[in-house]
Amino acid sequence: MAKLHVLTSDGTETILNGDVDTSVLEIMQDAGNSDLMALCGGCCSCATCHVYVDEQWLSAVGAVSEDEGDLLDSSDHKKNNSRLACQVKMTDALDGLRVMIAPED
Amino acid sequence: MTVSTDILIVGAGQGGAQVAISLRQGGFEGSITMVGDEPDAPYDRPPLSKDYLAGEKTVDRLSLRKPEFWQEKAVDLCLGARVVTIDADSHQATTDQGRTYHYGKLIWAAGGFARPLSIPGGDHAGIHVIRTRAQVDQLRSEAETAQNIVIIGGGYIGLEAAAVLIKQGKKITLLEAEDRVLARVAGADISAFYEAEHRRQGVDIGTGVGVTHLTGENGRVKSVVLANGDELTADLVIAGIGLVPNKDVMEAAGAKCSNGVDVDDLCRTSLADIFSIGDCACHKNSYADGVHLRVESVPNAVGQAKAVASVILGAPKPFTDVPWFWSNQYDLKLQTAGLNHGYDETLLRGDPASRSFSLLYLRKGQIIAVDAVNMIKDFMAGKKLVAQAIVVDKAQLADTEIPLKSFVV
Repeated sequence: MAKLHVLTSDGTETILNGDVDTSVLEIMQDAGNSDLMALCGGCCSCATCHVYVDEQWLSAVGAVSEDEGDLLDSSDHKKNNSRLACQVKMTDALDGLRVMIAPED
Repeated sequence: MTVSTDILIVGAGQGGAQVAISLRQGGFEGSITMVGDEPDAPYDRPPLSKDYLAGEKTVDRLSLRKPEFWQEKAVDLCLGARVVTIDADSHQATTDQGRTYHYGKLIWAAGGFARPLSIPGGDHAGIHVIRTRAQVDQLRSEAETAQNIVIIGGGYIGLEAAAVLIKQGKKITLLEAEDRVLARVAGADISAFYEAEHRRQGVDIGTGVGVTHLTGENGRVKSVVLANGDELTADLVIAGIGLVPNKDVMEAAGAKCSNGVDVDDLCRTSLADIFSIGDCACHKNSYADGVHLRVESVPNAVGQAKAVASVILGAPKPFTDVPWFWSNQYDLKLQTAGLNHGYDETLLRGDPASRSFSLLYLRKGQIIAVDAVNMIKDFMAGKKLVAQAIVVDKAQLADTEIPLKSFVV
């Protein structure tokens, strides 16, 4: 189990427990969070699970793949710390990870 | 037994689930009941013909939410039940189990069912369709011992199933009645590319092939007989020949129906306090030149669900997003933006041989749809171009040196 901190745009922070090897998206959905639309179900085919990773954790979450980068590039809300929640897998090293929900495009 | 509910959602698929979610997100405090004819709580349907069929996605991960979610959100799930009559005047709906709901608003999100084979022998055991989790579980279990699999229908479902099953070492024959696969949904370049890819992977594809009947032995399918007289051995058959929208109950209730349940831009049916969304909702679509049609996709079901919730919450907002779709086969990610209805020209960007290209569909010079194969950039830019109804110089459009997104206004 690892802890995931989720911030919504209104500043509310919730702390979720997730299994390692599940994605940030899955952890959020399992916890009943419906802020991310995740229309493609998490198969990296859309950009509707856009989150910002806390700068402190940016290097720890690893690199953005080409597909993910192309999806994020089209967002009007893209920042240097943008990620798709379906593509970030929880690991022991990510225990305590903080992400913030990006606005919908 | 009569139960009162402020909101009755008929159908526990992606659309129905989203109505409930959006209502609760919007602070709706009334009672919500969701009736679904499958035994499952709402789950993600697209993986059924992809990674769930392949056994790479578990049933737990198919669920849209954990079971307790619905309880926490006070959504009363009534599963394994089907609404069989609706009396719109008295606001009552009755299930096949004899329960009557007195509703404030009803959302008909009942989707549809896989079109059955209506040829002789089409009811033998061993003939499968791909629409529900239970159907795919049955298919997976029988496929374990099957050697010769015949897939009837060269649409997305048939092709995705072929891509999964050929990897399991089966002998796969895919038959399409039209002269090319994906004939109803994509341009000739896309069809040719996918036919070549499936053949390269070992799938035997027959196009322009009619099926007359299926033979059986002890009630179980044995072969598929073609219009030219050829007979193909089959120990398992998959029919992927389209969806029949669930509209009969609505029609009997007096709702205006055509190729589905007719709705306006806020998904209201012709009956007071009854909405319809998702695969079964027939609407006038601005991306198809105003043609009335149904859009079978998750983004459509979810978008329409949000529109219905907006009406109920008192701030009506029509769903106007560009339709989009995806299909994963082998290592190929096909993404489609827009609807190509009535296209009069296509433009190829890139070389299909490179396994990364896109096909643009134009109507009177305007970009109305994009099929992008392993070309996410063109899909994402294409979605914006379709929304903006842009006319672009064709020579520039076909030039892959110029990023598609540079044409976005």
